Amino acid sequence: MSFDASSARGDLILTRITKEYGDFKAVDDLSLTIPKGSFFALLGPSGCGKTTTLRMIAGLEEPTVGSIHLGQTDITTTKPYQRPINTVFQNYALFPHLTIFENIAFGLRRRGIKDVDAEVNKVLNLVELPHLAGRKPTQLSGGQQQRIALARAIVNRPALLLLDEPLGALDLKLRRQMQIELKWIQKEVGLTFVHVTHDQEEAMTMADTIAVMNEGKIEQMGSPADLYDDPETAFVANFLGQSNLIKGTISGNDGDSLIADVFGQKISLPKNRSHAVDNSIYVGIRPEKFRISLLNTPVNGNVLSGGRIEDVSYIGVSTQYQVEMPWGQELIVFEQNDDGVAPFNKGDAVNISWAPVFTFALRGDEDVTAGSEVNPEDLDEE
Amino acid sequence: MSKKIADATIPTIPLAARFQRWFGRNLIRVYMVFAFTYLFIPVAYTFAFSFNDSGKSNLIWKGFTLDNWKNPCGAPEVCNALANSIKIGLLATIFSTILGTMIAFAIGRHKFKGRSTSNLLIFLPMATPEIVLGASLLSLFLVFKINPGFWPTVIAHVMFCISFVVVTVKARIASLDPRLEQAAMDLYANEFQTFRRVTLPLVAPGIAGAALLAFSLSFDDFIITNFNSGTVITFPKFVYTAAARGIPAQANVIGSGMFFLALAIVIAGQFVNRRKAR
Repeated sequence: MSFDASSARGDLILTRITKEYGDFKAVDDLSLTIPKGSFFALLGPSGCGKTTTLRMIAGLEEPTVGSIHLGQTDITTTKPYQRPINTVFQNYALFPHLTIFENIAFGLRRRGIKDVDAEVNKVLNLVELPHLAGRKPTQLSGGQQQRIALARAIVNRPALLLLDEPLGALDLKLRRQMQIELKWIQKEVGLTFVHVTHDQEEAMTMADTIAVMNEGKIEQMGSPADLYDDPETAFVANFLGQSNLIKGTISGNDGDSLIADVFGQKISLPKNRSHAVDNSIYVGIRPEKFRISLLNTPVNGNVLSGGRIEDVSYIGVSTQYQVEMPWGQELIVFEQNDDGVAPFNKGDAVNISWAPVFTFALRGDEDVTAGSEVNPEDLDEE
Repeated sequence: MSKKIADATIPTIPLAARFQRWFGRNLIRVYMVFAFTYLFIPVAYTFAFSFNDSGKSNLIWKGFTLDNWKNPCGAPEVCNALANSIKIGLLATIFSTILGTMIAFAIGRHKFKGRSTSNLLIFLPMATPEIVLGASLLSLFLVFKINPGFWPTVIAHVMFCISFVVVTVKARIASLDPRLEQAAMDLYANEFQTFRRVTLPLVAPGIAGAALLAFSLSFDDFIITNFNSGTVITFPKFVYTAAARGIPAQANVIGSGMFFLALAIVIAGQFVNRRKAR
């Protein structure tokens, strides 16, 4: 059995996986297919079950119910060392008593590979740290340790590479640099990467496909652009970037569009972007899709009038406005500063407009704050 | 902007304040000198009197000689006693280190019923007065019709050394990141290879420390040994018996020798550690 598993290749298929710890369901009836060769991200807040999912794929946990297949091979109950899967651990977990060279050679030696030297040197060159081969892990900086952890995993050419918050311990600038580098390495070696993170920007920068997880389930799965432009739940709308969600009612039909009533004002939205089940909806618009105009300026598209600018924050590339609407809600608007200084002031009476195609609609019974109160900086998932 | 300030304008610090500052900075050193003096006077005394041309009793300084060092086995029975102590010490160290390390892994790494109880019970031999342990072990041996002697002494020593080994090794295991073992398993090492290649090397310094501790505990134990060794003379027993008629200077030689051996081991250990960290 072990030899079949270790040579398995193909898509990773999770089928109806549940993991329970006592009464707590860390992962709840999750099914997922990760295509071979993709860069896949599991994104979610602390405790959403993403790390547990990763550990089950690695073989460090066993699912309570469900099965895991790699291609045609069932690997649900095989040991970690029998799977062609390697992990880059959250805090790298480099062996402190071994040199960098021996750390990287560890997997090769265990599998009885002959040409250890050549393989290790090749991967050391790939991560651009060949001069560190003789050092011990404690003598390396965080960024260097991160790359060695990556090298130690990819040198084995696994069918699947798992990355558990791999950039969490690095500072912002280094993180950006490593995001680009990781993506480049993934293309270079052509392995399937499964990346777990709570950082939505990181997931969007690197992954082809993102699965947003919440409370042990997948909320939505798709390309970064799909998830951002057309979120299906309030959680996704708030967790990936920011959203303005306004209570409304569907009042009519107009070809491919729906007409919605928003506090007495009519707007339209594409039918295929409505995820509501009945007439009660939340109208969703991303802050950068809004345009602000003074009351008497004519505008096209959807318009909500009667706003008053409450706050102006200048942040260089853009200006962030908070606009209070007649029904008391404050909407967030991002305006590019491509004409120089922000043209509107606090207290201005304004209209807000946007192109109808950017509108999405969520179920009216959703919790509009879902996913918005999570501060990724506070999270430290174990 | 401003250039270098003229020397005359640099404010001087009053002498009293300077002394206070010096004293504050060096207080720890002064304290250290006193502390080490206190600790090492007995050792220095033992060492100095190993060169005493003592004759029968080694209490009064009678003159310098190297004879004692040239002939450490000169006093009757002293080297026989030393050999017994080393034999018992090595056996007790080997068995208590193996058993204690296994217990430490069980308690430190696995969840089982009665784990916290065993965790507590392991401290019990350390907390029990030696005199009680020694006496009850003797009566236990007699109940089982085992006469006091070499092996009962080894068994008794293993028993009281185990607790110390467990506590020392457990501390090392607790500081070991479990993710390292997971990483090893992830990198194709099976359970045995993981233990051999990752766990054991990382816990080894703790095990070595525990073994040294066990040996020194066994080597200088008197009370429990006195109850259970019968006619076997160990080094502490020899010194105790000799005290009645005057301890020979050879005892000082052997004591000093053990001290320097221990010192050498500690320094070597530090040296190896430093080289490893390089």
